[in-house]
Parts: sequence; C-alpha cells; structure tokens
Amino acid sequence: MKIILTTTSPSIDSDVDSRFGRGAYFIVVDPDTLDWQAHPNPGMSAPGGAGTLAAQFVGNQKAEAALSGDFGPHAFAALQAAAVSMYVYGDCRTAREAVERFKAGSLERVGVATRGECEGEHHGPA
Amino acid sequence: MIIAVASGKGGTGKTTVATSLALSLAAELTPEPLFLDCDVEAPNAHLFLQPAFDQRQEVSILIPSVDEAICTHCGKCAEVCQYHAIAVLGTKTLVFPQLCHGCGSCTALCPEWAISEIPKVIGVLERGVTPEGIPFGRGLMNIGEPMAVPIIRQLKKWAVPRPQQVVIMDAPPGTSCPVVESMRGADFVLLVTEPTPFGLHDLRLAVQVAHDLDVPVGVIINRDCSDDARVDVFCVDADIPILMRVPFERSIAEGIARGQTLIEIHPEYAERLRVMFAEIVERAL
Amino acid sequence: MMKQLVILSGKGGTGKTSVAAVFAHLAHDGPQSLRAVLADADVDAANLELVLEPDQTESHDFVGGSVAVIDAQLCQGCGICEQVCHFDAVLAPSSREEHYAYSIDTIACEGCAACVYQCLEEAVHMEAQVVGQWYRSESRYGPLFHAELRPAQENSGKLVTLVKQQARLLALDEGYQAVIVDGPPGIGCPVISAASGADLALIVAEPTAAGIHDMERVLQTTAHFRVPALVCINKADIYPGGAAQIEAYCRERGIEIVGHIPFDMSVTDAMVHGEPVTAWRPETSASRALTDIWQVIADRLNGLEKKDEQNE
Repeated sequence: MKIILTTTSPSIDSDVDSRFGRGAYFIVVDPDTLDWQAHPNPGMSAPGGAGTLAAQFVGNQKAEAALSGDFGPHAFAALQAAAVSMYVYGDCRTAREAVERFKAGSLERVGVATRGECEGEHHGPA
Repeated sequence: MIIAVASGKGGTGKTTVATSLALSLAAELTPEPLFLDCDVEAPNAHLFLQPAFDQRQEVSILIPSVDEAICTHCGKCAEVCQYHAIAVLGTKTLVFPQLCHGCGSCTALCPEWAISEIPKVIGVLERGVTPEGIPFGRGLMNIGEPMAVPIIRQLKKWAVPRPQQVVIMDAPPGTSCPVVESMRGADFVLLVTEPTPFGLHDLRLAVQVAHDLDVPVGVIINRDCSDDARVDVFCVDADIPILMRVPFERSIAEGIARGQTLIEIHPEYAERLRVMFAEIVERAL
Repeated sequence: MMKQLVILSGKGGTGKTSVAAVFAHLAHDGPQSLRAVLADADVDAANLELVLEPDQTESHDFVGGSVAVIDAQLCQGCGICEQVCHFDAVLAPSSREEHYAYSIDTIACEGCAACVYQCLEEAVHMEAQVVGQWYRSESRYGPLFHAELRPAQENSGKLVTLVKQQARLLALDEGYQAVIVDGPPGIGCPVISAASGADLALIVAEPTAAGIHDMERVLQTTAHFRVPALVCINKADIYPGGAAQIEAYCRERGIEIVGHIPFDMSVTDAMVHGEPVTAWRPETSASRALTDIWQVIADRLNGLEKKDEQNE
C-alpha cells in the first residue's frame, strides 16, 4: 500500500506542509515497511491549477491515500475521481508522526473540500 | 472617436465624468454618443443615465467536455493545458471550468477527437437607450466568476457604434487586464484623478497602461482643493494635459451620492465638458 | 489560532486602505491589541504603503504566465497561429519587408500555447515573463507584504494569492494572531483570491447610489465563497438616505453593521501625511468611530478563536 504526505522538506522526519496543491514536497510511503521516497511537488510553482497538478501526481503514483492540511475544491474533486482517500493532519508535526497516526486510524478522513474556492491559483487575465 | 475614461485608483469619479460627458454631448451631437459601461464587476453608470434595457445576451466562454466513451486517458489534454484545467485521474478525465481560459488547445489536440466545446455562461450583456437618447450598453459579470475580460471583449463586439458616433467607455478601476481591454482601441484616454498621494500613485500606473497601448492621455483633476500640487507637477513633467478641474465641494459629493450627475448638480458643466471634448478631438487627431 | 481579516468594498474609493491602516495601528498600539501581519492585496494600485511608510526589507520578481514568441526566421507565414488563437493575439505580417512572419501581441496573449502546439514549423515557444514585484516591508505596526503588478499585466489573482500566502506563512511561523488584508475593488479574480481563506470580511460601504449597488455585489460574492461578512458605513452622513438603504438591506439579510464613520477631512489629511487617521488625530469623529469599529472587529476575531478552541 502507498500513501502520500505533503511536507516542507524532502524527508519523512520533516515537518508537515499544510497545503496540498502548493506544499513543497510529497513523501510517498509504504505505511507498513516505512520505506519512503521524496519528490518535489509539481504544483508548488505552477502559475495556476496547482491543486489539479498536484492531484495528478498523486494519481500517477497510484497512492491509496493522501495526507495534508488542506484540500481545495479542485484537488478534492481530482483526488476523489482518482479514488484517493483524503486525511487531514490535525496537530501532527512531522510526516513520521502523521504516518503513525494514520496507521492507528486516528487521523480525520475528509469527505468534502476543506478550503474554499480560489485560495489557490488563478484563472488568467483578471 | 472613442474615449475611454479610466483612473487607476477607484472612486476618483470616472463614472461621474463619463456619464456627465455623455449627457453634455447628447445635447449637441447627432447621433448621440454611445455609452459603454465596461466595469462589468461593479457597473454603476446605469444608476446615473437610467437606460431602459430592451436587449439582453448571455456571455459564455467555451469550455471542454470530454466524451468518456472515446477518451483513452492518454493525458495529452492535460499535457497541453497551461492552466491545469483538465486532468486525467485514474480512469477519469476531469475539467475544472474555473481554471479554463477557453483557449481550445485540448480540444484541437486530443488524438481521439474526444473533446467538444460547450458554452459556460459567465455573465450577461444589456443594451438600451437613456431618456436623452443615448444608446447604452453594459456587461454584468455573474457572481463568483473570476474573469471580467471576456465579457468586456464581447460587449465591445456587441454594441457597435454607428458611423461618426462618439463612444464613451467607462472603464473599471485598476490597471490590469479589464482596464486594458476597456482602453484597447480607444482614440483617447481620459484619466480622472484626485490630488492626493493615492491618486497620484495610481495615476502614474494608468498613464503607463495608456502609453503601452499607444493612446494619447489627458487628465481631469476631481475633488480639487488647491493645496496639493503633486498631480500638477507630475502632469507637467510627463507632458500630459490637464483638461479640467472639478473642485472639491460637499454639495457635489452629496448630489452624486443621491444618483445625480454633475450636470444636474451644476448645469454649467455641460458646456465645460463640451469644450473639453473639442480639445480632446483636436489632440487625438 | 491565527485569524484572517479581509477588507473589501465592491466599489473603489470607499476607504478600505484608510480603514486597513487604522486597523494596523490599533492592532499594534490600541487597547484591543492583536499581533498582526499586514497584506496589501490591491496589487494593481497598492496604496497601503503610502500610509504606513514602511522600510522595504525584501523584494522579489514575480513571474506571471508566459507569452508566446514567434521566431520570425522559422515562420513560413501559413497563419495557423492566427486561426487557432482565441484571443486575437496573433498579428498578421504588416508588410513584405524582409520576411513574411506573424508576430504576437504580448498584451493580448493569454499564454495558452495553442499556437505553440499547432505551429507546423515549431516556430513558436513560450517565454516566462516577470510581470511585477512583491515585497516584504517593516512598518511601525508590523510586517507588511505588498506587491506591484506592472501596468497592463494579467495574473493579479496569482500575485494577490502570493502576497497573502507570504503574510499567512509568516504569521503562522512567528505566532502572530492575525493577518489583515487590504483588499482590491471589484468582485472578480483578485477579490476572490483576497477573500479566500478569510475568517472574516469587513465591507467598507459608501452610502451613495453606486456604493450601495457595489456593496450588494460584493456581499453576494463573500456569501458565494462562504466568508462571513460585516459592514461598516463610511462617509455615512453624505447621504443619510443611502445609509438607511444599507441598513435596511443588511437587516433583511441578517448582516451586522458594525459602525458608521462620518465624512471627515482628517482622514484625507492623515493619508497625505503618511499616517493612519487614528495616529494622526485620534480625537476626530472619524478616528473615534474607527476605534469603536476596531474594538468590534478585534472582539469578533478573538471570539472566533475561542470558538475554535471549544470545538477542539
């Protein structure tokens, strides 16, 4: 099984990054073996549509769950279409901690976008 | 002759000047000038000119619609989309209308011809005539829509002036895309400013836009109270004519608050505005 | 918990920036103090720094979208680019001088790259453009993030988001209690970006025919994006009939009016002198009204905090 977390640095011991679309790094983890790999988030510096771009990356990794602080409406719709479950960090500090809580079943799973429209990126000429 | 009335800073009196100019010209020109309210996010000119709207047209942009039966999920559409408005997730191809610019790239480049373009309504255009016979057009953006420019663009194509008809465009505040679209194609840009640091700061930016578009500029100083000359100094340095000054008067502010035009409050402005118009025509040519 | 306040109006020129400056002052120095980071989200016409006169500590290029560039040497003049462009951004060759090549109107170009993908000669490529700057400055009242978009550029929304994001990150990192966002006029993209994620919006309304109309549009916008909104009426005595209309409108919709600020030249004078009016002349009627409004806003922001704590 694979899950993906957003972090501020490329390590499982990094602090979590609360943003999904514009989080700095993705950590792909097997929660059972704790094997992990870090990837820069392609959405982080995209001019627009960061949520959808980040979601596509997660979809391509074939992860079953995504953990972050916030899922905007585009990221949410995209991840839902890719059948990726979404969980929020709550007060987890590090990615390792979040993985442990995920395994223990104590992270909150979200069924709706946790952020309103447009805190993300835009729509061109305006 | 197309005159765009803009400002940079909001609230300096664009609509006050634009509507009063239209009224003063309507008294003497045939055909009456065409008035276009290009502030599609927050249009106000209709409050002053009171047109009777008799025509309406929805404004749409074309967004992609994917036929999942044909789609092979190859991802080409997602690759070409510069706005990440279309994405392939698992076995679904999703479109994000809020991000879509309506450029047509994904539709043109889909190897399976699986994408068609469908209209998404983002606003409405309205047309009518005022009691003085001024043809009036405006656009109204739907709440929650991010993009004003397509509406302004379509307004300009929909409300076309007759030959020899003067056009007055009431631009939105600011200096970015919607303002550029309002100024584009104008023969003259009339900038309304106030003699304050905010006013001057934003005036400089608005002048830059007009220069980038290669359109001559003139300034009206509104709420003029002679102790602050910074705008004057700027205009002299930049070789921009100050075409008129409207003094600060509480009675003017109160009249406008009630929806009166400058001409209703002080009828002598009608002639002053016509004189200014004649000067603009000379300078534009 | 850090709270975000955005100040909007719909109509330009109602006094958002003057109010934002006052809030910056009172949040820092007033009895209801809140440690706040400031953000000027009106990137087209950024005026908050004119009142706060901060010292700039950081400046960064802002890269907007890209624009297309046609290599005239490779162009064979077939005109496909002009046909596929939805934005009238491709200019036909104007004369048969040296080479019959198409070119791009960079102001009209929206960076969609349709021409890039469809040019048979691969003669078009995209170039990223620096279209503005964003800054971090230190004011008397706290850190200020602001930006200037170069005139005639697009992507205000992206730059607004960036400014807000920087303010928010600093506030979270250094334990500030609030971010105060001075919003742009209108209701489109830049406003949506400025309002998004806000815990509270204060609408500075003007009791004029135009001001009321635009206030209604911006309130519909904040409602659409589920941002709770409060209203204050600026220059309230200019048109008492207008103020009454606003009160009725708000009452019908259960929107709270948190204060009336009388028309007062001291506000403009203060701005000219580069100070918030409450710092310049705290005893004027406008200053007193603004101070009362701040107390309500500060309470409201703190109240939101308490509600969150209770829910956890």
